[in-house]
Amino acid sequence: MNLLQLFRIAFTALKLNVLRSVLTMLGIIIGVSAVIVMVSIGEGAKAEVDKQIEAMGGNILLLYNDWNDRMAGGTGAVAKLTDGHAAMMEQEIFGIDAATPIVRSNAQIVAGPLNWRAQVEGTNNGYFITRNWDLAMGRQFTAQELQSGETVVVIGKIIRDELFGASDPIGQTVRVNNFNATVIGVLEEKGPDSRGDEQDDVVVMPLKTVRTRISGVSRNNPDQVSYLEVKGADNVSMNYLKDEITSYLRQAMSVRQDQNDPFRIRDMAETLESRAETQAIFNRLLAAVASVSLVVGGIGIMNIMMVSVTERTREIGLRMAIGAKPDDILNQFLVEAIALCALGGMIGIGLAYAITRIMETSYGMATLINPEIVVISIGFSALIGVFFGYYPALKASRLQPIDALRYE
Amino acid sequence: MTSNRSVIRTEGIKKAYQMGEEVLWALQGVDTHIDQGEFVAVMGPSGSGKSTYMNMIGCLDVVSEGRVFLDDIEVSSLKPDELATVRNQKIGFVFQQFNLLARTSALDNVILPLLYSQIPDSEWKSRAMHCLELVGLAERSGHQPSQLSGGQQQRVAIARALVNDPVMILADEPTGALDTHTTEEIMTLFTELNDQGKTIVLVTHEPDVAAYAKRQMIFRDGSLVADERAENRRSFNIDDYQASA
Repeated sequence: MNLLQLFRIAFTALKLNVLRSVLTMLGIIIGVSAVIVMVSIGEGAKAEVDKQIEAMGGNILLLYNDWNDRMAGGTGAVAKLTDGHAAMMEQEIFGIDAATPIVRSNAQIVAGPLNWRAQVEGTNNGYFITRNWDLAMGRQFTAQELQSGETVVVIGKIIRDELFGASDPIGQTVRVNNFNATVIGVLEEKGPDSRGDEQDDVVVMPLKTVRTRISGVSRNNPDQVSYLEVKGADNVSMNYLKDEITSYLRQAMSVRQDQNDPFRIRDMAETLESRAETQAIFNRLLAAVASVSLVVGGIGIMNIMMVSVTERTREIGLRMAIGAKPDDILNQFLVEAIALCALGGMIGIGLAYAITRIMETSYGMATLINPEIVVISIGFSALIGVFFGYYPALKASRLQPIDALRYE
Repeated sequence: MTSNRSVIRTEGIKKAYQMGEEVLWALQGVDTHIDQGEFVAVMGPSGSGKSTYMNMIGCLDVVSEGRVFLDDIEVSSLKPDELATVRNQKIGFVFQQFNLLARTSALDNVILPLLYSQIPDSEWKSRAMHCLELVGLAERSGHQPSQLSGGQQQRVAIARALVNDPVMILADEPTGALDTHTTEEIMTLFTELNDQGKTIVLVTHEPDVAAYAKRQMIFRDGSLVADERAENRRSFNIDDYQASA
C-alpha cells in the first residue's frame, strides 16, 4: 500500500466524523495560527524598520545639545551646537557626506482662506541630502536666499494638499506667522515615520529666515541650532564617525578634560533597529507561549485517536484477518493522526493569513508572513501528529486479530 | 470433483490457553486433511474446539504444538507478518456479523483485501465488480451496508472473500445473524461457489446449515470425533455424536 492510498484511507475515516475531526483539529488550528501571527507581527515590524532605514538612506547620526548637562555643570555658559560646527565638520572630518544644521519651530501657515499649523525647519540644502529627500516639484534654495535669509519655503506634501489642493503652488505666496513667503518647492511624499508621526507635515526654510523671523535669536548662543544631522559616507563605520565627531566637537567647544560631552549623538538606524529587535523578542516570547497550545492540541489528538482505535477494534480485526500486517495498521492510524495535524496546520496558516490581513487593513499594523515559518509550523504540526499519534497507532497494531474480531 | 491437491493438512495440532492457574487444552491433537474443491462443515457445541480449529487453519492464531499446512505451506512456523500475507493471498473470510466497513460502498468493501495485496490497483475495480456479479449484487455496488439487507450484506462479504481468488473460503457462522429464508439463499450461494470449484470450510453449530456441506467434521472437547462425507452418511444425525461423545 502506498502513501497516497494511506492518506486516502485516512481522509475517508476523518470524513466519516467531520465534526469530531474539526473539533480535534481546533487545538492545532489555533496553535499554528497564533504562532504565525505573533511571529509575523515581529517580522513585519522589523521589515518596516528596514524600510525606514532604507528611506533614511542609512548612516545618519543626530547630534543634540545635552540640556541635562547644563544643570550638572552649573557654570552657565555651556557651548551649544551651531551651524558653524556643521560647516566645519563637513570640511574637517573625513567620511562625512553632509552635516546639516536644523533649527526647529512651529508656525501658522496661511494661504488665502486656508490655514494650517505646521512644523518649520530652518536649514540649508544639506537637508535634502541627509534626509534623502527629493523635491516633487520646484527647486532647492539658492546661495543668495540662504545667505540673506530670504522668505522662501519648500513645503511638504500635506501642506501642499491642505493649502493648495490640486493647483500649482510654485510661486504662490503664503503667510508664515506675520510675514509673506514664496513657495519655491514641494517635497516628495514620505508617509508616517516609525512612531506614526507624519513626516510630510513640514515647512522647510533657510536657517537664517527661521532664526530671525520665527524662533528668535538666543542671546547667549546666537548661532545655536536645534540639532545637527550628519550623513556618513557609505563605506565609513558609524562608530569611527562618532569618535571623530566627539573629539572634534569637544575641541571646537573647548570642553575641559573632566567635563562631560555637552551634546549627544544618536545613531538613527541603531535606535530603530534596537526598538524593532525588542519588539521581535517580545513577539517570539508570545509565539513560544502560543506554541504551548500546539502541544495541548497534540494531546487532544492523542486522546481522540485512542477513542478511535477502541471504536474501530473490529475494523482493525477485519483488516488484519484479510491481510493487513501490524505495520499496515500502525501506518493507517499514524497517517490519520498526521493528516489531522497537517490539515489543522494548513487551516491554521489560512486563518493566520486572514488575521494578518485584517490587522494590516483595519489596524495598520505591519505584518510579514515568512515562508520559513509556514514550512516550520506545518512540519511541527505533522511532528506533533507523529509524536501523539504513535502510541494509539502502536496500540492498534498490537491487537490480536481474533480478539479484535470478537470485540464487542 | 475433489482433486487430490491438499488445501489444509493438520498434524497433531494442540492449542493451550492459560486460564488463571489452569491450562486449558482447546485442541488436543487434531489430524485433518481437506482437499481442493471440498465443502466441509466444522461442527460442535461451544467449547468443542471448532473455533480454535478455525483460527488455526485460518492463520489467525498459532498452534501450541503440531503443524498446519495451508496449500502445502507450513504456516504453523510463520511470523505475524508472514501470516498476514498468507491470509491475504490464500484465505477468504466470511463472518457472522459480516464485518463490513460502515458508510463505505459495497465496491470499496470488496476492494479492501486488495489494498493489502500485490495486485496492481488498476485491476482492483474490475476484480471487485466481477466478484459482486458472482454474488448477484453488481447493480448495488454503490450502496453502503446500511442500505442493504442482512442477506445482501453477507453477499458483499462473500464477494470480499472471493476477490483475492483464495484457495479456501473460511466462513464462521455465516448465517448466524440471518433468518431462515436468507440462510437458504446464502447456503445456495456457497453451494454454487463450491460447484465452481471453490474449497469452502464452514464453521457452524446448526445441523440444517451443515447439511449443505459435502463433508462434516465434528469436534468435541478439543478432539475431532467424527469426519464423514455425505455419500457415506445418508442417515447422518449430529445428535448421535453429541449424545455419545
